[in-house]
Amino acid sequence: MSQVPVSLLPKTFRDWFKHRGWAPRDHQLELLAKAGQGRSVLLVAPTGAGKTLAGFLPSLVELAERGGGRPKEKRGLHTLYISPLKALATDIARNLEAPVAEMDLPIRIETRTGDTPSHKRARQIERPPDILLTTPEQLALLLAHAEAREFFKDLRRVVLDELHSLVTSKRGDLLSLGLARLMTIAPQATAVGLSATVRKPDDLRRYLVPQRTHALADLVVVQGGAQPDIRMLELDERLPLAGHTASLSMPAIYDLIRGHKTTLVFVNTRLQAEYTFQELWKLNDDNLAIALHHGSLDVSQRRRVEEAMAAGRLKAVVCTATLDLGIDWGDVDLVVNVGAPKGASRIMQRIGRSNHRMDEPSEAYLVPANRFEILECRAALDAVHEAAQDTPDARIGALDVLCQHILGMACAEPFKLDELYEEIRSASPYADLTWEDFEACVAFVATGGYALRAYERFAKIVKGKDDLWRVRDARIAQQYRLNVGTIVESSMIKVRLGRTARSRPGTVLPRGRILGEIEEYFAETLTPGDTFLFAGEVLRFEGISEDEVLATRAGSGADPMIPSYEGGKFPLSTFLAARVREILADPFEWDRLPAQMTEWLLHQRRRSIVPGPRDLLVETFPRGNRFYMTCFPFEGRLAHQTLGMLLTRRLERAKLKPLGFVANDYGIAVYASGDIAARAGRDPNFMDDLFSEDMLGDDLEDWLAESSLMKRTFRQCAVIAGLIERRFPGEKKTGRQVTISTDLVYDVLRKHEPDHVLLRAARADAATGLLDVRRLGMMLERIRGRIIHKPLDRVSPLSVSVMLEIGRERVYSDNADEILAEAEAALLDEALA
Amino acid sequence: MTALRKNKQTTHEIALSGQLALLDLTGAMYLPAHDALLVADLHFEKGSSFARRGMMLPPYDTRETLLALADAVFRFDPKTVIALGDSFHDIGGPDRLGDEERATLGDVQKGRDWIWVTGNHDRILPDSIGGQVVEEIALGSLTLRHEPAAGEQAEIAGHLHPVGKVVMRGRATRRRCFLTDGSRCVMPALGAYAGGLNACDAAFKPLFPKGFTAHLIGTERIFAIAKAMLCRD
Repeated sequence: MSQVPVSLLPKTFRDWFKHRGWAPRDHQLELLAKAGQGRSVLLVAPTGAGKTLAGFLPSLVELAERGGGRPKEKRGLHTLYISPLKALATDIARNLEAPVAEMDLPIRIETRTGDTPSHKRARQIERPPDILLTTPEQLALLLAHAEAREFFKDLRRVVLDELHSLVTSKRGDLLSLGLARLMTIAPQATAVGLSATVRKPDDLRRYLVPQRTHALADLVVVQGGAQPDIRMLELDERLPLAGHTASLSMPAIYDLIRGHKTTLVFVNTRLQAEYTFQELWKLNDDNLAIALHHGSLDVSQRRRVEEAMAAGRLKAVVCTATLDLGIDWGDVDLVVNVGAPKGASRIMQRIGRSNHRMDEPSEAYLVPANRFEILECRAALDAVHEAAQDTPDARIGALDVLCQHILGMACAEPFKLDELYEEIRSASPYADLTWEDFEACVAFVATGGYALRAYERFAKIVKGKDDLWRVRDARIAQQYRLNVGTIVESSMIKVRLGRTARSRPGTVLPRGRILGEIEEYFAETLTPGDTFLFAGEVLRFEGISEDEVLATRAGSGADPMIPSYEGGKFPLSTFLAARVREILADPFEWDRLPAQMTEWLLHQRRRSIVPGPRDLLVETFPRGNRFYMTCFPFEGRLAHQTLGMLLTRRLERAKLKPLGFVANDYGIAVYASGDIAARAGRDPNFMDDLFSEDMLGDDLEDWLAESSLMKRTFRQCAVIAGLIERRFPGEKKTGRQVTISTDLVYDVLRKHEPDHVLLRAARADAATGLLDVRRLGMMLERIRGRIIHKPLDRVSPLSVSVMLEIGRERVYSDNADEILAEAEAALLDEALA
Repeated sequence: MTALRKNKQTTHEIALSGQLALLDLTGAMYLPAHDALLVADLHFEKGSSFARRGMMLPPYDTRETLLALADAVFRFDPKTVIALGDSFHDIGGPDRLGDEERATLGDVQKGRDWIWVTGNHDRILPDSIGGQVVEEIALGSLTLRHEPAAGEQAEIAGHLHPVGKVVMRGRATRRRCFLTDGSRCVMPALGAYAGGLNACDAAFKPLFPKGFTAHLIGTERIFAIAKAMLCRD
């Protein structure tokens, strides 16, 4: 980093730093210098490095120098700040108020979020503040406003916070398009991205500047402070071979909490959070203030936890990814990560939540819940030591998001097709967008873009004689405003605590309070009498009434019957998976593992083999009256589920009568009534054929036709692109009805126009999303010719781990007839009984 | 796929008010005693009805519905076809019908007695659509109408678009279905975009005071499912 003289900072600011007992940091001064030169910058710095102040300092200095008083001409916005979280925007606004007040600067700072009242929104447009803090969705809305050009014309600076987390999703695509429009309206503006360490900083540097010339923003890197003090929690007891609850580790975690000031206990799923919270309270003889925080809890409850945390009243919070980002939660001195780390960058981000002073090491523990997770924790520890990153690759802009943006742009002002195309291609995710795809999106926005041109007279945007495209009427613009954004919540259903009626035993009245929300697809698998963990309690499912789940408190001592339905929400990263395979393959590495792990691996080597880092081990063995096949690709649960679906199809065709399969992050187990090993013995090519890459052809297509995961993916694209309207709270239409109609639409569209832009968007999502087809493809390529089939007479130590998922996890099948036949048989049984 | 086709069992026999009724995989019902084919809730032109309001659903729903209708009609080759109301999604539907679809409908109607029972979506039907328009019609002891009327009388109706949801060991499926207690039958909607109402909904209760059996339309055949096996949404 070059040395920038502190004299660049005006005296007021130097005095303020001195008064605070601080010195301006080098990167803060460097960003000030870059801003003076009109350069856009990516600032990569660890937590606690003063990133936010660095991002805002140039704006504060410039605004201070501009001075107060009413200007003669109406002035537009000076600085726009975008954060992924509404709460973060509010938090930063509060933090900025301090220096502004202390230096008595003439700067007006405001936030604009979904909670901002409409009179304040109107006033903000009329009289823009100097600095506005907001979210990507609100930016999209502002840019679709008829006054957008006026509002942003004087913009000098855009600050994008937590950029690394924004760019990995469709929100990042939407934001990139917004940024492109901002740079058209205000070419003088520069952008600053604030980011944690990432694998490829160039992707983010590109994101920040218009791509017409393949430009890169400048890069300023602040080296990480002290090495984190991170280790694996080792127990004397043996860990189970499967499961995600880490129940054996709870006493040790409790002791750690007791020995620290404030602890964040991270887990991967909501249900793990519920379980961990319960277990810790069972041990909590000291009555420590241990709280629970996850996305399904009622907002008011979450806010209470956040406030108590900020005020330092809590000893520990058990939380999910909801606390991964940003907001400063006070004096956390320990982070405990329960369960698999899943990714190196993810774990580093979480560790960074502890100790916001960058010169002191963060203290953290990784707690494996089963033996495979020991391997994963070992791999993650190594990665943290090398500061290796596994953030995902840059995205290719999604077409459904583009459709939404095009309608927004038509709402703002009439546009020319070629000009809008050029502007869109200046956004890095859309730099390679073809004219054909762009036209297809415009056609979709106008009339649905179908080959059968049936809807011309209903077009939402129309081209005038002047070649300008305009939105048809105010109603369409209103529709756009209601549907903006890329976050399509999976349909949620409220959970209400019911009360048993005294007068009529057995009747439950919906009289209690709302505890929060659960996913509808989880609720639909419950039957009355099932017990499950929610909001820190064991609840008994009583039924669904109206649009609420009705539940009662299960008696004390009741165990939840419904286990974790998602072992890990995030799939194991490719990077960590490769490391796990390497550790596994190298007996010298085993010395670094806990003894129970080494023993287990030696046992596996005696009974079967331990595969090499690039090999795929396939084991077959009989058990009961079934034949099992297990394999260990280590590609994460989503890719394994897809693999399982396709393998069972192929086994079906081979007349081996597959009955089902289960998958976890490490491998899958398929069971059949046909003897798979015998077939493989007769036909030496059988395994190679079974796992050949051509399963991603017709087999995949056939499965996609009926896959409920694919239909869910399609529904999200349909909502984002604006084909169907988003659902709103209070509306009578239920999520179920919306799901049904998109399922019907999917069936019809797939049949009549398989290459329609929305289906292409859904397929692109399937490649990386719920079906992880791309990763499966990479795996199949990797193992080509490297399949090692071990026919065994009984289950091996490695296979036990995935076999244990049977009965614990759901058996996957989308075959409606199988389910119906079973239900029909139940009727016959009843009749014959 | 061909292997699977062979297993396909397109019809499923039930007794309705003392006579044989064949339930078809398309969602149609054939009454051999009257050589009549019944279909309900075709909702033609629902896609274009939504398009008028800015939701550009794929404009192939009418085509798709007609395919199913034609499939059933040509297989049973009945003397009479009765559509039990809501054949068009709105009153303007017949006008918006595309030329190709209009021709297909003509082919299906040719040589048969075609009866349109009116529904709440299509109270008025233009003459140009062919066939006879009625509010309700009797076939022997059975009354055929759009909206089922509670009471003792044997009837076949549509209107409610019943679907049944079944959950077995954590796996769920939701399919269109016929609901019947042997005297009354509520038929599934045939329309490609028609959607459905869960058979556990309170709306069905007064129609079947003694319960019902749901005949769910699977992929390869129809399954008789006890009411107790059905779940709410």
